[in-house]
Amino acid sequence: MNKRFIGVFGTVLVLTGFGYLIWGGLGGSLVYFVTPTELLARGEAAYETPVRLAGNVVPGSVNWNARELDLRFHLSDGETDIEVWSKGAPPAMFQDTMGVVVEGRYNRAGIFESSSVMVRHSNEYKAPPEGHRPADTYEALIREE
Amino acid sequence: MIRLIGYSATLFSLAAAVYGVIAAIWGVRSKRQDILASVRAAAYATFGLMLVANLAMVYALVTKDFSISYVAQVGSHATPFGIAVISLWSALEGSILFWGLVLAFCAAAVAWLHRDERSDMFAVTNGVMLVVGAFFYMLMVGPANPFGAVFPVPMDGPGPNPLLQNHWLMAVHPPLLYLGYVGMTVPFAFAIGALMSRQTDERWLWLTRRWTLMAWAFLTAGIVSGMWWSYEVLGWGGYWAWDPVENASLLPWLTATAFIHSAMVQERRGMLKTWNVTLIIATFLLTILGTFLTRSGILTSVHAFAGGDIGYYFLIFMGIMLLGSLALLAGRSEELRTTGSLDSPASRETVFLLNNMILAAFTFTVLLGTLFPLVAEAARGVRVTVGEPFFNRMTLPLAVTLLFLMGVGPALPWGRPSAKHYRKLILPASVAAISALVAVLLGAGLMATLGFAFAGFAITTNAAEFLLGAGARRRALGESPLVALSRLVKANPRRFGGYTAHLGILVMALGIVASSEFTLDHEVTLGPRETATVGAYTVRFDDIWGRQEPHRFVVAAELAVFMGDRRVATLEPRLNYYEMSDQPITTPAVRSRAHEDLYITLLAFERDGSSTTLRVMVEPLLVWIWIGGIIMFVGAGIAFTYRGPKDGKSKPRAPGVPVKGKVAQAGQAAGRVRAADKEEVPA
Repeated sequence: MNKRFIGVFGTVLVLTGFGYLIWGGLGGSLVYFVTPTELLARGEAAYETPVRLAGNVVPGSVNWNARELDLRFHLSDGETDIEVWSKGAPPAMFQDTMGVVVEGRYNRAGIFESSSVMVRHSNEYKAPPEGHRPADTYEALIREE
Repeated sequence: MIRLIGYSATLFSLAAAVYGVIAAIWGVRSKRQDILASVRAAAYATFGLMLVANLAMVYALVTKDFSISYVAQVGSHATPFGIAVISLWSALEGSILFWGLVLAFCAAAVAWLHRDERSDMFAVTNGVMLVVGAFFYMLMVGPANPFGAVFPVPMDGPGPNPLLQNHWLMAVHPPLLYLGYVGMTVPFAFAIGALMSRQTDERWLWLTRRWTLMAWAFLTAGIVSGMWWSYEVLGWGGYWAWDPVENASLLPWLTATAFIHSAMVQERRGMLKTWNVTLIIATFLLTILGTFLTRSGILTSVHAFAGGDIGYYFLIFMGIMLLGSLALLAGRSEELRTTGSLDSPASRETVFLLNNMILAAFTFTVLLGTLFPLVAEAARGVRVTVGEPFFNRMTLPLAVTLLFLMGVGPALPWGRPSAKHYRKLILPASVAAISALVAVLLGAGLMATLGFAFAGFAITTNAAEFLLGAGARRRALGESPLVALSRLVKANPRRFGGYTAHLGILVMALGIVASSEFTLDHEVTLGPRETATVGAYTVRFDDIWGRQEPHRFVVAAELAVFMGDRRVATLEPRLNYYEMSDQPITTPAVRSRAHEDLYITLLAFERDGSSTTLRVMVEPLLVWIWIGGIIMFVGAGIAFTYRGPKDGKSKPRAPGVPVKGKVAQAGQAAGRVRAADKEEVPA
């Protein structure tokens, strides 16, 4: 057993231990992106696992109680729709048909309990479609001086 | 016209760089100095041409010349002058153009500073700078051409990304980061120069020391300003989310930090030669990886610009650089053999070795967590994210260990410690114990308690170096305390610059630990004149108003803040709506004090003004994160003033002759000062 051997052996041991730790840590904190259809297709495995659910807000389904900070809406991928429940304010400009990603877990009552609601938007922002003015949504706030 | 000037300048930069690379190879082969002189000329030329191209683009942005594709993409008539100028780095093509300028500046500076050197190492170094340059100029000429023609010429454009327009920090964060990223090319070029010319002594380390420090300082400033911007603009009260692009900036910082430390072990002991070259190559490759991740559109992130196939170019370039460097490293393993050894396990060298192991593990963890989603998607076709818990759980123990090492390092000598050195640890250890006790009483968790304890420990040992040194000077030379302190630092800029940087990161660590452990966070909906109380603050909702500004529409809530019965502030968190974007940009209102920040974001409001939903956070010691960042920058600046030994060469000390031994022998305070002054000059 010379010095070199101990050195190499020690290094391998440390690396293995560290690798094992990382691998375990990684496995436990992976969050998958799914659509409502994909989530329900998982069957029993759909429940109580953290996922990111992506879809569009179903028109007319949004129920936001500002006093209670209680937000409920339905999220759909066109085929399946899932009720989402979130404690906390929706992101600014949250509205019908908007693409959103919610992070949380699907509970036994068939409601997706979300800890965060993110608006899905590409960073390559582009001009709004013809005839739509973002100004419309906030102009009501300008008061007569 | 401007389009033609700009495009020609980029085209000629590419030509000059390609010529320079060929000339460098030719000149080294034929040993002709006249050809090597033309390599330097090529480097100067690329700088001049890049300057022209960048000025042309800024001119076009300011004068709203929408016939140029980049201006049509990010310009608009409503954009104010200052924002038009900084739009240079608001999207892919412009930021590559700016990158090219910084890189060309570095290449020209390296060529100019060493214009009298005649050895092959410098020729290769200049050549490598131009190889990297040629890659970026090639991007500008082809796939990321900012000077494309637009026809028909639009009347107006969309304006730059709203995130860029919303805060002054966006004027400084990107250039600082680029200086840091691009600066790391220089040590890489020198390392390749040393390897290729087989001049693998410590010369290249000395030559690149100040470049590495400069790049490190700017990278630090770039990262911290980015954290600050995130805190001031994104409205979630945090500053670091383990976002892939944040990670991309952290990775080269970690390896560069490791290098700055391990380079000293090579100087002193002749050890870690291969490791140092590896670290510098890794740092460079990680900066390219960072650019690839940010600029290829491969990741979803706050920072990602959408970009077509430019990712492939980066991938290929990175692959070539990686394989080339590895092959070169393998071919030179004989030259990189270790000549020294460790005297004692409890020496400063050992602490540096541990520091490097931890930083390497840190880098590996972050790299894995960042790249895993890409690999998973490529290999298995699933979209997945690696959550923050992974990064926090894996890196916190490493970070806490680093705090501990920062405390032990300065207290231990090079070579062999004596009882005196162990006694020096008594006071810091008591500070650590008290900090831990206080933390536990405040209800901190395990990691936070360790964080407080080790930060307290390390602050004491680092500060003690300043106080003891200045005290010795004061007694021996009769200097006033402030004069003694400044002369002490001046006499040993490298050592005390290092301690200053340590103090900076330790202060930052206190801010990070305190604000992540003890933050109060409430969301609340208020009607007119209603109040909410968070911590020591009572917030009253007074009014909500909207206002049209030239390039945006602003909605702000007017809040009165009370502490007890005393009104202490009026805060106005805002939502800014930009003309061409559906998404408003939040602008939280922050009241910063030394002991805590009050941070309020406007989340939602009723159009008739009947209610507003706010997020109110109280974050203790948060402002020290930014102050710590500034101290780190200053520390690197102090260390930068040390120019190294006159001949630029150093010999590793003979084992068993630690310089600090002389200090111990001298005993007298005056002797201590003299020895300390000399300490930086190798025996």
